[in-house]
Amino acid sequence: MSDAGVIHDIGYQRYEGPRLGRAAVLGALYQHGLRATFGLGRSAKSKIFPWGVAGIVLLVAVINAAVRSQTGTWLFDYYAFDDSMSWLVIFFVAIVAPELVSRDLRSGVLPLYFSRPLRAADYVIAKVAALVTAVWLLLGVPQLIMFLGGAFTSKTGMRGVWHEVGLLLPGWAYSVLWAFVFASISLLIASLTGKRAFAAGGIVAVFLMTAPVVGVLSVLPSRTANDLAGLASPMSLISGVEAWLRGRNDLGIDVGDFGVIYGIEAFCLITAGLLLLLARYRKVASL
Amino acid sequence: MTIIATQTLTKTYGGGVTALSDLTVDVEAGVIGLVGANGAGKSTFIKIMLGLLAPSSGEVRVFGLDPVTETDRVRARVGYMPENDCLPPDVSASEFVTHVGRLSGLPKTAARERASEALRHVGLYEERYRQIGGYSTGMKQRVKLAQALVHDPDLLLLDEPTNGLDPAGRDAMLTLIHRIGTEFGISVVVCSHLLGEVERICDSLIAIEAGRLLRADRISSMTTASDVLAVEVSEGTDELASALRALGFIVTPDGRQLLVPLESESAYDRILRAVADLDLPLHRLDQRRHRVAELFTAKETADV
Repeated sequence: MSDAGVIHDIGYQRYEGPRLGRAAVLGALYQHGLRATFGLGRSAKSKIFPWGVAGIVLLVAVINAAVRSQTGTWLFDYYAFDDSMSWLVIFFVAIVAPELVSRDLRSGVLPLYFSRPLRAADYVIAKVAALVTAVWLLLGVPQLIMFLGGAFTSKTGMRGVWHEVGLLLPGWAYSVLWAFVFASISLLIASLTGKRAFAAGGIVAVFLMTAPVVGVLSVLPSRTANDLAGLASPMSLISGVEAWLRGRNDLGIDVGDFGVIYGIEAFCLITAGLLLLLARYRKVASL
Repeated sequence: MTIIATQTLTKTYGGGVTALSDLTVDVEAGVIGLVGANGAGKSTFIKIMLGLLAPSSGEVRVFGLDPVTETDRVRARVGYMPENDCLPPDVSASEFVTHVGRLSGLPKTAARERASEALRHVGLYEERYRQIGGYSTGMKQRVKLAQALVHDPDLLLLDEPTNGLDPAGRDAMLTLIHRIGTEFGISVVVCSHLLGEVERICDSLIAIEAGRLLRADRISSMTTASDVLAVEVSEGTDELASALRALGFIVTPDGRQLLVPLESESAYDRILRAVADLDLPLHRLDQRRHRVAELFTAKETADV
């Protein structure tokens, strides 16, 4: 007797395949986070903002490369590019960091995560890595375009290309520094609230509200106060680190002899941000 | 097979709140009801089994593994469905369940296959490609169940799975849980404060109150001994009571009725004969199967 056309309920099948360890789980969460930062796998609406920012940044890089190839002078070098784009990056992290962590708090999905092999530290590492990568891509890809523009219009052949590589690599490293500062601060703020709008507002406030403090300190009649003014805001802090490492005082911020303090504060700021984030999720993970 | 074993398990939170005290219980595979009022320590017990909380003292073993030291091995075999809302609204059920499947350590393609399997088993078909935000409460509960099933656990911990469901939804959810326990070969611990719905689907029952074990036993052994015959006669109730006592029955008057436990097969006939011999007008003869709930109320009043 033929049963053609009958749908058989094959019943429940046990899973016999491999079960991957925590490293693979962390990788999966990182990949998921990185896709989410650019709205991949999400609705069209959530792609608008990240890709809008990415578009502007890329456009600036293309114009910069074009101007340089025509006139031979930079609008921005690799460092100045990061500094100038930092305002856009603030808005990028203000939208993306809440997307990464506030969303999970809001929907209450964390008990599902933490009842699996995932630990609080894994979650923090995956989210920080995703945002650092996203910010780095946002700055690093345009820098690569600037490099390609410079390399292809090099008048001194391979030597010129190598010279250009020598400029690009520290530029990329500088972007990594920016990425870490932005990621640690914005994720920490976003992890405190499940409301995305509050988180976004908080992030913008921390980055922008500190700028006037720098402005006030830098016009005080004390030379030391002027040199240390940049410590008050994350953005001038990074510029200060750049000025210290490159030994320059013509970059719009003068750190005087206090460059090393800028370096220490940047390091402490990132470390403290990450540790506080970890402490926060230790608490959240126990439900 | 014992799946969960605890030895004088105690959990005291900082601030001196005792959530569990001296809980010693051995749980056999099957569908297990964990009942107790809100705040009785059910959720704490679940969190300890998942390795999310460490016990203050005592021991717990899940499949012979210690959740504190062998957390990953325990979690690979346990699926957890929390009580609260825990689903992001802006992704589809199939994407979400695939994602949590990967977080359970399934490779990408396996996670996708298992996710659609799990959603099919809980009864979500075409809807699974729609965003979760548009689902009814019943559908959300099914997604929550599917995410607990996706990595093929040997034990499911379900915290209030019928929360917020209408009577039809409750029935469907309970039937589904019963199927998982009996057909899928997965043991299920169902937490609930509603004894009535748990006793319908469970093989055994653990009742806790204020962190203490009230009773843990198989449902069958709780109810078989408690079959009671309620006899009501229009007159001569006292005569009948003494006649039955003379026959060796334990008679409890209850209003106008007499409650007589049926301890043997012949008891029913003997009671009926006693009524006939006295020639009393029989009004009602009602064989009751005691509900588990009555056992607890009886026991609690006895304790007081």
